[in-house]
Amino acid sequence: MSDQEYIPKSKFGKWFNDRLPLLTLASHLTDYPTPKNLNYWWTFGGILTFCLITQIVTGLTLAMHYIAHADMAFESVEHIMRDVNYGWLIRYIHANGASMFFLAVYIHIFRSLFYGSYKSPREIIWIIGIIIYLLMMAAAFMGYVLPWGQMSFWGATVITNLFSAIPLVGEGIVTWLWGGYSVDNPTLTRFFTLHYLIPFLILGLVVLHIWALHVPGNNNPIGIDVKKPSKDTVPFHPYIVIKDGFALLMFMIVFAFFVFYAPNILGHADNYIEADPLVTPAHIVPEWYLLPFYAILRSVPDKLLGVVAMLSAILILAALPWLDTSKIRSAVFRPLYKQFYWILVADVLILGYVGAMPAEGLYLLIARVATAYYFLHFLLILPILGLKEKTLPVPLSITEPILGGSPNLATAKNKEKLNN
Amino acid sequence: MSEKKTNRRDFLFTATYAVGAVGLGATVWPMIDQMNPDASVKALASTEVDVSSVTPGKTITVLWRGKPVFIRRRTQDEITDARSVKLEDLKDPQKDEDRAKDPEWLVMLGVCTHLGCVPLDQKGDYNGWFCPCHGSHYDTSGRIRKGPAPTNMEVPKYEFVNANTIKIG
Repeated sequence: MSDQEYIPKSKFGKWFNDRLPLLTLASHLTDYPTPKNLNYWWTFGGILTFCLITQIVTGLTLAMHYIAHADMAFESVEHIMRDVNYGWLIRYIHANGASMFFLAVYIHIFRSLFYGSYKSPREIIWIIGIIIYLLMMAAAFMGYVLPWGQMSFWGATVITNLFSAIPLVGEGIVTWLWGGYSVDNPTLTRFFTLHYLIPFLILGLVVLHIWALHVPGNNNPIGIDVKKPSKDTVPFHPYIVIKDGFALLMFMIVFAFFVFYAPNILGHADNYIEADPLVTPAHIVPEWYLLPFYAILRSVPDKLLGVVAMLSAILILAALPWLDTSKIRSAVFRPLYKQFYWILVADVLILGYVGAMPAEGLYLLIARVATAYYFLHFLLILPILGLKEKTLPVPLSITEPILGGSPNLATAKNKEKLNN
Repeated sequence: MSEKKTNRRDFLFTATYAVGAVGLGATVWPMIDQMNPDASVKALASTEVDVSSVTPGKTITVLWRGKPVFIRRRTQDEITDARSVKLEDLKDPQKDEDRAKDPEWLVMLGVCTHLGCVPLDQKGDYNGWFCPCHGSHYDTSGRIRKGPAPTNMEVPKYEFVNANTIKIG
């Protein structure tokens, strides 16, 4: 990690740094050489860190007023909304913050897919990212249960019942998860405990995610290896700090719009009805960010296979560095992959849409086609494409296409001639 | 295979690992088992229901172990319907006679066997129950006929204490 030896200027700094090299770490972080062509799609790492901190801070303050008990949870949330000073604000930031978190993480993931950031040597960064994403889904699901509304209760019932699909031990596992014979008070208290724990696990994984990132350094829009530090890089501070800060400001405008002007638009009205184990809402839907996977679950007519398909849809991402056989990272130089990439984006959006619709008729048919395509993309198209695709010539450095004008094709050929 | 003499040290390692594994298991198990249903939850295992007010064609729903139980007094048509179905047509073959000891009374958990929603009464393609969550259709015996649910709605252990009272559990 240490690029060059850092020596603190002050005597105390040197004394301290010899015993705990925090200043060396700080110097590494500020000087960290970053490719100079990073675009705004690269600012979502910082935005996600902001989202995590926001959720932890608002979550801690909400926990000071919330009561995790089946008889009192619903009322305590209303108490937060009506009585607690600025309780409405803190809760709306926390609830919409979850949606903003997922919005940012989806952009972050799809940026990685477009620019091939998951490829060697960044596989571990990618896999840690997928684990963070899984933990985020678990935290979001359990957080949604805490207000103990109708959607909380029935969402919890449906999702925990997924485990009953496991042969032989399934029923036992579900009873164990519930701490009873249905979703009830024991379920609520343990979900609260885990909901409190998971953000700190994520925080730890974020540290590993960034650590693993700082070993090879950032990928970049043209996806070539850069020498660092060199004329292809700029120090993280102030260049990237300012760029990330500006993007964060833009992001916060969107965030604030939801919090102040449409705080309930992403939620479901049924969750303002207290949980009732005797009445299932007419239409159970998860939060928007889980809809594509919900659509995959429902598109398979068999219970066990439906659950397997849903889980595989997420876990297949972890195998992506090995499923994508192309050596070229950036889609900029992969004309065919670029088209399949946008088809995949559309496919996931379609899955999200049909996930919100009733599972019948045309919607079900669309969900099935889209599910099949999703797996086709990862299992068939990507491995074959990497071997067959004719890619465009890649520039030799980041600086080259900028200094040499736009036609990187000509300059690359010239360089090749000179080298030969 | 090469001849390798086991010595005192190998024995000590193996013994240490074995005892360590038992100790670890004994420590971890209480942490896992504390999540299983506790004594107070298990104590609520049975409930008695007065069914004197239920007329033919009516269903009442009662709560047992936190789950809804449907108690339906079936009409003659429904009974005939349920008993005339061929077992080959069923996804989870079960005779109606085995599900309703007294043909007039159908007692079952009102929980869809797909993902646990509460199905709606007198709905669906088979005039039995229909689950609004993921579209499972049940017949007048509560057997799965169409949709993602794998099995029939479960019949709990129950008995008539007297002509008007059913004890569930």
